[in-house]
Amino acid sequence: MSTPADQTEAFHQRIDEALHNDQLRRNFRSALTGIMARRAEQFPDDAQLQALRDQARAVRANSLVRQPELLEQLETKLTGNGIQVHWAESPEQANAIIHTILDAAGAKTVVKGKSMVSEETELNHFLERRGIEVIESDLGEYIIQLAEEPPSHIVAPAIHKNRVEVAELFRRFHPEIPYTEDIDTLTQSARQILRNRFANADAGISGVNFAVAETGTLCLVENEGNGRLSTTAPRLHIAITGVEKVVEKLSDVPPLLEILTKSATGQPITTYFNMISRPRQPGELDGPEAVHLVLLDNGRSRIRVDEELLDTLRCIRCGACINHCPVYVQLGGHAYGTVYPGPIGLALEPQRVGIDKVGTLTSACTMCGACGEVCPVRIPLPKLINRLRAEAVDGQRSDAGLPGHGSLRKSGEAVTWRVWRQLYASPRLYRLFTWAATRLRALTPPRLGAWTRYRSAPKPASRPLRELVRQEGFRHE
Amino acid sequence: MDRPDSIYFFATCLVDLLYPRAGLAGMQLIRREGVDVVFPDDQTCCGQPAFNSGYRDEARRVARAQLACLARDIPVVVPSGSCAGMIKHHWPELFAGDRDEARARAVAARTFELTEFLVDVLDVRLSDLGEPTRIAIHTSCSARREMGVADRIESLVAQLDKVEVLDQARKAECCGFGGTFAVKQGAVSGAMVNDKTAALRATGAGRVISQDCGCLMNIGGAFDKQGDGPATQHIAEFLLERTS
Repeated sequence: MSTPADQTEAFHQRIDEALHNDQLRRNFRSALTGIMARRAEQFPDDAQLQALRDQARAVRANSLVRQPELLEQLETKLTGNGIQVHWAESPEQANAIIHTILDAAGAKTVVKGKSMVSEETELNHFLERRGIEVIESDLGEYIIQLAEEPPSHIVAPAIHKNRVEVAELFRRFHPEIPYTEDIDTLTQSARQILRNRFANADAGISGVNFAVAETGTLCLVENEGNGRLSTTAPRLHIAITGVEKVVEKLSDVPPLLEILTKSATGQPITTYFNMISRPRQPGELDGPEAVHLVLLDNGRSRIRVDEELLDTLRCIRCGACINHCPVYVQLGGHAYGTVYPGPIGLALEPQRVGIDKVGTLTSACTMCGACGEVCPVRIPLPKLINRLRAEAVDGQRSDAGLPGHGSLRKSGEAVTWRVWRQLYASPRLYRLFTWAATRLRALTPPRLGAWTRYRSAPKPASRPLRELVRQEGFRHE
Repeated sequence: MDRPDSIYFFATCLVDLLYPRAGLAGMQLIRREGVDVVFPDDQTCCGQPAFNSGYRDEARRVARAQLACLARDIPVVVPSGSCAGMIKHHWPELFAGDRDEARARAVAARTFELTEFLVDVLDVRLSDLGEPTRIAIHTSCSARREMGVADRIESLVAQLDKVEVLDQARKAECCGFGGTFAVKQGAVSGAMVNDKTAALRATGAGRVISQDCGCLMNIGGAFDKQGDGPATQHIAEFLLERTS
C-alpha cells in the first residue's frame, strides 16, 4: 500500500518525465491549440453560450437532485423496453456482472466503443485475463490499445501520439499494410481492420452519454460509426455507465448534446448520435438480440450527498476543462496517473479514489480558472479543487466523509502556516517583520528552491509601502 | 457607483514589501482625481496564500484581522486582481456561518481591483506625455476570470495615444505563478513561465505591464534569470509615469 508521501513522489516523477519529453509536449500543445480554436468558433455569441451553459447546468443539476427516483424510473422503462438493468457498487462488481453476461452467451470476442467508465473498472484487462478478446473500435482507443497505454485524454485518448508514432505502431502490429504516415490512409487501414472485427464479434460493449429516464433511452455520441456498429452488429450489447448519467426527459438531451459536442471537439454535432431503446424486435433485420445496462456507482453516491462536491457529478465528460488547462498542456494526461486527468480529474479522482491515494493531484493547479470558464455545465472546478486541498490538510475534523480526509497534512507545513498566521494576523509583528526585511534586504537569500531554478529571487524594497505612504503625506489610520 | 470622497487602499503584502512603488503610484492616481486615499496602518494580507493551500483556519484568522481596519463604509481599492478576488469572492465563502460573515460580505461588496476602480468609478481621463513606446499587457487570470475586469487595463492603456500594445500568443494563458503552486509544482510552474516569457519576448515589446504583482514577480523574475527580456512594471506605475 502506498503512503501519501509515495503518491507525491510518484506524481513528481511522472511530471518530471513528461516535462523532459519535448515531443510529447509539442504534440499536446499543437493538438490542444487546434481544439481550443475549434471550440471558440462554435460559440461566436457569448450571450448565447452563457444561456446554453445555464440551461445545461440546470438540466444536469435537476437530474442529480432527483437521481434516486430517476434511476428507478430508468430501470422500469428500460426493463419494459426489454433492456436488462444491473447495478454495481464497485468496479469489481461491474466487471463480474459483465463477465457473467458474456460467459452465459458464450462470447469470446468483444468489440468495444469508447467508455471511460470501463477504464474506471479496468474492464479490458479483466476480460482478457479470462480469455476474452477485447478490441477497441474507437480509432484513438485502438491506437493506445496497440501501444498498451491508458488514454491520455477522456475524449481524444491517443492525443499524445503524432502521426509518425501512429504509423510506427501500425507497422509493428500490421506489417501486412504498406507503411504510411498519411493520416487518411492510416484511418482507412484501421477502418478495414476494425470492419472485420465487427463482423465476427460475439458481443459489443459501449458507454453511455445520457440515459433518459422518461423513455428508457441510452444515448451515445460518437464520430466514427464504431459506436453504432458495436451496439448493433454483434448479437449481444452491454452498455456500462455511471449512475450520474441519468437525465429526466428526452427534451433534456438536445441542449446537453449541443453543448457537449461544441465544447468537446468544436463540432456543431457529431457524425453519429445513437439512441438505443431496445433489443432487436421480431421482424427487424439488425440490432442485438439482448441489451444490458450496467450502472456503476463507484463512489458517486458518496459524492452526491455533499452539497458542494455534488457539482462534480454534473460533468458530461466533454474534456473542455482539460483542453484549456495550462498545466495539462505541459504534462499530458499520463502524468496524472489517474483515469480522469486535468481539472476534472483533480476534482473527481480524490473524491472517487481517495485523498490518501491521489490527493496530491490537487497541487497541479494554479487556480487560473480557465477550466471553470469553459465548463459547459458550470462546474466550479477551482472551488472544488480548493475545497479538496482543504480536506487534504485538515487536522481537526476526523468525521468527514471523504476517504483519506486529512491524510496529506504534514506537520512541518502546518507549523509554517501557523507561523505565517501569527505574523500576518498581528499588525505589530508584521510591521516589525517588514521593517527588518527591508533593512536587511542585502541578506535576502539568492536561492529559493524551485523558484530560483527558473527565476531570480525577489528582493524586498528598501522601504515598505507603509513607510513611503507617510513620507508622501497620505492619510493613514 | 458614485464617486466617493475617500477610499481605503488595501496594498497587499506583496506590494507592501516588494513593490511599494506600484502601491504608491496607485494611491497617487486616485488622489489626483480628488479622492481622499486612506492607508489603513494595520493591514497585512488578504489570506490568499493559506486559503489556496488548504489552510482555511489560518487564512480566516489573517483575513479577520483585516476586517477591523476596513470598517468604514467606503470602497476598498486593491492593486491586484487576485487579492481583490480573494476579498470579493472568497471572504464571503471563508466566513460563511462565522460571526464575522456580515462584516466580510460588506467589505467584499465594496471591494474593487485598481483598474476597475479607475475606469468604472472614477472614469479617469488620461493624456499621454511619454515618448512613443511599444508594450505588451499580461492580464492576471484572477483579474480576467475571477474579477472579470481584463478589459479595464486595456481601455486605460488605449487612452495613451503614444503607446502601442502588442499582443502575445496565448494571451489568456496563465503565467504559472499560482502562489504556492510555484513552489509545490516548481518544475511545471517553470515550464509555464518559460512559455509565457517566450511569447512575451516574441512580441518585441520593450515593456510588459500587468495589474498583478504576483505575475510580475514571476514573469520579471524569469526574464531576469534568462538574462534578457522586456522590463516589467505594474500598470499603476506605468500610468503615472506616462501622465506626469
